[in-house]
Amino acid sequence: MTSQPSIARDLPQVAEAEIRPLIDRHLSAEGPLLPMLHEIQAAFGFVPANAVPLLAEALNLTRAEVTGVISFYHDFRKAPAGRHVLKICRAEACQSMGAEALTARMLSLLGLEDHGTTADSRVTVEAVYCLGLCACAPAAMLDGQLIGRASVEGLEKALEGAA
Amino acid sequence: MKVYLSQDAAAKALGSEAVAAALNEALGDTPVTRVGSRGMVWLEPLLEIDRGQGREAWGPVAPGDIPAILAGDIPSLGLTEEIPFLAKQTRLTFQRCGVIDPLDLAQYEAHGGLAGLRRALGLSGEQMIDEMKASGLRGRGGAGFPTGIKWDTVRMAHADQKYIVCNADEGDSGTFADRMIMEGDPFCLIEGMAIAGLCTGATQGYVYTRSEYPDAVAVMRRAIELAREAGVLGGDVLGSGRAFDMEVRVGAGAYVCGEETSLLNSLEGKRGVVRAKPPLPALEGFLSRPTVVNNVISLATVPVIFEKGAAHYADFGLGRSRGTIPVQIAGNVKHGGLFETAFGMSLGELVEEIGGGTASGRPVKAVQIGGPLGAYFGREKFDTPFGYEEFDGQGGLIGHAGVVVFDDSADMLGMARFAMEFCAVESCGKCTPCRIGAVRGVETLDRIKAGDGAAVEVLTDLCEVMKDGSLCALGGFTPYPVLSALEAFPEEFGQVKEAAE
Ligand SMILES: Cc1cc2nc3c(=O)[nH]c(=O)nc-3n(C[C@H](O)[C@H](O)[C@H](O)COP(=O)(O)O)c2cc1C
Ligand code: SF4
Ligand code: FES
Repeated sequence: MTSQPSIARDLPQVAEAEIRPLIDRHLSAEGPLLPMLHEIQAAFGFVPANAVPLLAEALNLTRAEVTGVISFYHDFRKAPAGRHVLKICRAEACQSMGAEALTARMLSLLGLEDHGTTADSRVTVEAVYCLGLCACAPAAMLDGQLIGRASVEGLEKALEGAA
Repeated sequence: MKVYLSQDAAAKALGSEAVAAALNEALGDTPVTRVGSRGMVWLEPLLEIDRGQGREAWGPVAPGDIPAILAGDIPSLGLTEEIPFLAKQTRLTFQRCGVIDPLDLAQYEAHGGLAGLRRALGLSGEQMIDEMKASGLRGRGGAGFPTGIKWDTVRMAHADQKYIVCNADEGDSGTFADRMIMEGDPFCLIEGMAIAGLCTGATQGYVYTRSEYPDAVAVMRRAIELAREAGVLGGDVLGSGRAFDMEVRVGAGAYVCGEETSLLNSLEGKRGVVRAKPPLPALEGFLSRPTVVNNVISLATVPVIFEKGAAHYADFGLGRSRGTIPVQIAGNVKHGGLFETAFGMSLGELVEEIGGGTASGRPVKAVQIGGPLGAYFGREKFDTPFGYEEFDGQGGLIGHAGVVVFDDSADMLGMARFAMEFCAVESCGKCTPCRIGAVRGVETLDRIKAGDGAAVEVLTDLCEVMKDGSLCALGGFTPYPVLSALEAFPEEFGQVKEAAE
């Protein structure tokens, strides 16, 4: 790869040789871009900027088209998240059981003003809209572990356990 | 002694894995059968033990309870099937959910599975359509469109390749029926999709589900592999010489991708922007080919229709709403969970009697039915029977049949604001009334909150523009929760409540 657009310069990159097999694996699928992006994000924790031209080339798309897809979906990250990702559900059923107050308390305990990553990169807090746990609200997910009837104490404990 | 423990995501979220560990330690060689959920979420993790006299239930179970339960020192809740919440249901679509090991095809067959597919294999496409039409099944994803008519359009279309796409994007707050089927009875969805494929001539299926459902994704993928190994899927479905296969695709956190045309774009690897209709997906769907797009529950109801006959299914229900509906009772409710019942039960009975009122013990203030695009109903509408036309007549919609309960502490202006905020966050961006209107809606509600009474008129005008000028129901129906909250609780919007009658 010769030159990258300047905005991509400070974003972390991953060796092309590591990205290519994840793309090739899905080349014969119908509509392969999302499976490729999921696979790349699962491997690296984010979609590195230098995956974009590789994807564009493999699928005969423009870079703008690939970037447009990545930015459309809330899931895809352009940079790594904190070591732990805490998603707290903010949808209606969880709100009926105090999700807003829970989110506010967790953010302030972690020293965050809004959703985002703590200064020490330990935790990223994100909003999620429904985890399908609406009958045991409020719900949260810490690194893939589901938590029903979430409380501040419960989430703190889970975070400690995840250290 | 047979031991069953739920491993549904809700059970896991409430600690079932620690219970499983405790059980395995206490039981040694006696295996624990992991099952889906019975749908009584307030009792999860639910443990069932059959000592030869039927399955008895304990719940919610903590790991420390296990020795005492096994020693007989903690009384059970009685036979699971006799717990009123279950006993009052009519379980057709969910007949096996929570009962069998979701990945045991032999158990699936022993409980009626594959009978529908076998029967369908003996019928012509036209006969299958007749069966579907006679069942009266309407789409359970929200719009309530007759499933048989949709299938017939695809069946009659000429194309080399047709598709069955299962909409498993279940983004509505208060809903988890799709998730429960995928985790608890995945073969049922596979069988329903295979029947749809045989009927319409589609040989490939996709289940498009959400990244928020990792458990469902894993169970579905494994079930598809097992079905393929057993010859239920593949080039020769149950030895019929006919082909049908399928795979699971995962979305990436966009609510709008539940809208069928946005879903198809997403499945093709594009931005999940809504397409204008026509063309209908039935004629030009996935990769511009004829495509059935149906909700999980619509498709998972197909096997029981073919197993027991259309008339059996259509015998249940009310008016033009035939069969059963899995109502999901959620939010601030004492007995939350999934309650499958014939159409016709009143909303009040579902909330107050079946659901047992609020979890907080405070009075019920309002319920939102049908997800973030559904209306808020105050108690004065609690006698509305569950049915498509009946809800429509009250200015609401059933949607995917999620009922979210709020107690009297709910801030209805705040909920209206959230509806607008959600629409702004999730808008696909194609139409201005939705993309910009929703942002204006948030601002206008903030003005109302600050005491600007005149802004209420701006809000209602804005809602009219969104209703009229939006391409899909995200922009078009967001006014429902907003205006229904305003109508039922005007005083919270700084308005004087009009004297009743
Ligand atoms: C914003 C939006 C979100 C939707 N989300 C879903 C969904 O998550 N699941 C679903 O089955 N239908 C959803 N729908 C409805 C689908 O567009 C479509 O009507 C449905 O999948 C058809 O299947 P059915 O006939 O079996 O209901 C949504 C519609 C809109 C406008
Ligand atoms: S109403 Fe909103 S979500 Fe629907 S097509 Fe228009 S912009 Fe997209
Ligand atoms: S609304 Fe929070 S899990 Fe469904």
